[in-house]
Amino acid sequence: MGTRLAYWLQRALRPRFGVRWLSARVEASGLVRPVFTAAEQVTKETLFGCRMCGQCALPVTGYVCPMGCPKELRNGPCGGVGADGGCEVYPERRCVWVEAFERAASQGRAADLRLLHLPIDHRRWGESSWLNYWQGRDEGLWT
Amino acid sequence: MSLRDRLRAGSFAVTAEISPPRGASTEPVTATAALLRDWVDAVNVTDNQGSNVRLASWAGSLAALHAGLEPVMQMTCRDRNRIALQSDLLGASALGIRNILVMTGDHPKFGDHPEAKPVFDLDSVQLLWTLRHMRDQGTVLTGRALKPPPDCFLGAVENPAAPPAEFRAERLGKKVAAGAQFVQTQFVFDVAAFAQWMAQVRDLGLHEQCYILPGVGAVRSRNALDYMRDKVPGVYVPDDVYRRLRAVPADQTAAEGARLAAETIQQLSAIEGVAGVHLLVAGNEQAVPGILDSAGVRAEDHGR
Repeated sequence: MGTRLAYWLQRALRPRFGVRWLSARVEASGLVRPVFTAAEQVTKETLFGCRMCGQCALPVTGYVCPMGCPKELRNGPCGGVGADGGCEVYPERRCVWVEAFERAASQGRAADLRLLHLPIDHRRWGESSWLNYWQGRDEGLWT
Repeated sequence: MSLRDRLRAGSFAVTAEISPPRGASTEPVTATAALLRDWVDAVNVTDNQGSNVRLASWAGSLAALHAGLEPVMQMTCRDRNRIALQSDLLGASALGIRNILVMTGDHPKFGDHPEAKPVFDLDSVQLLWTLRHMRDQGTVLTGRALKPPPDCFLGAVENPAAPPAEFRAERLGKKVAAGAQFVQTQFVFDVAAFAQWMAQVRDLGLHEQCYILPGVGAVRSRNALDYMRDKVPGVYVPDDVYRRLRAVPADQTAAEGARLAAETIQQLSAIEGVAGVHLLVAGNEQAVPGILDSAGVRAEDHGR
């Protein structure tokens, strides 16, 4: 997905009253919730390489999933990035943080990468981060 | 004088790196510490460097301390989760190990157990933040009180030469915000590129919030030069440095490498905001006195 479109959707889908109400309904339903979560997984895996950690950092990482980093670094690249921007562990791949920096900078969002991401909660793997976000449980992921 | 006090006093500091042995003895650490203690202010003890099993960093640090050389205990995020890492800080502090150097760590793929589970529960910024929190708030991450809280002087690493170049000074800024009080860098072979990074660091005011010790290595042989250029992640050997070290006969590579290291130390110490140097000489510690001597860093100013 284009970075510009991703940021546009971020603004359009911020947790306003309607979205919050709807997401509470989705969450309450034992039938809809797993379907919704599966749809989120397919969408985000395809578009951003999401790993379903359940506490999404994409809005402040240029819409590149940091959990795609072999070291799952959430605060920027390690020191082993190749001179060509390749990953230390899989040199044929690009470093997700090199990609994140380029994508964020292209939309004037490079300052997002200065945010400090706190340690994640490993109990939340597999959860819908969209629901967590709309329900306000994602606050405090970074400062 | 401790490393912390020396840096606070504004004196040029020298640290060096040693790697503990692959074996159940602290003897090699003690011997190296005896060689280095008159020349350096503190010695880094690596944490299973290159993802190869070695004597634990805390045990090596304790041996150095007993041998009269202040240790900098390296801690990577590769092998331990947040419970073990916090526990290790308490243990280190209780044993008198004050300097802790936090880094992400190499991936297991590069070591002698490539099939191992990589942990990376915390990243280096989160680990710095966690350790500072333990010291300053006096609690573990989740709030339980520590009696007494640990005392520590927290260090970070940075690789000024790695992409994305525009973000590397900012990344140090994140580490400083998280708790880093000093930083040791990856090998600096390209002094001009390092100076550019330092200019960004000064623009952010980071040289006033943390002590910066660039890493200097001494190339020992042509094989080591090729290995460093082609195999070590994050190390960049510029063409002119490579040519210079290849231009001398093979049996003089070590001498030329030591000369280059001494010159690099002199050039780096002239850069505003550089608080000292970190000698990346693990396995080649006997070269340290010669390098420091030709760089004009005298023994009587350092060590104990």
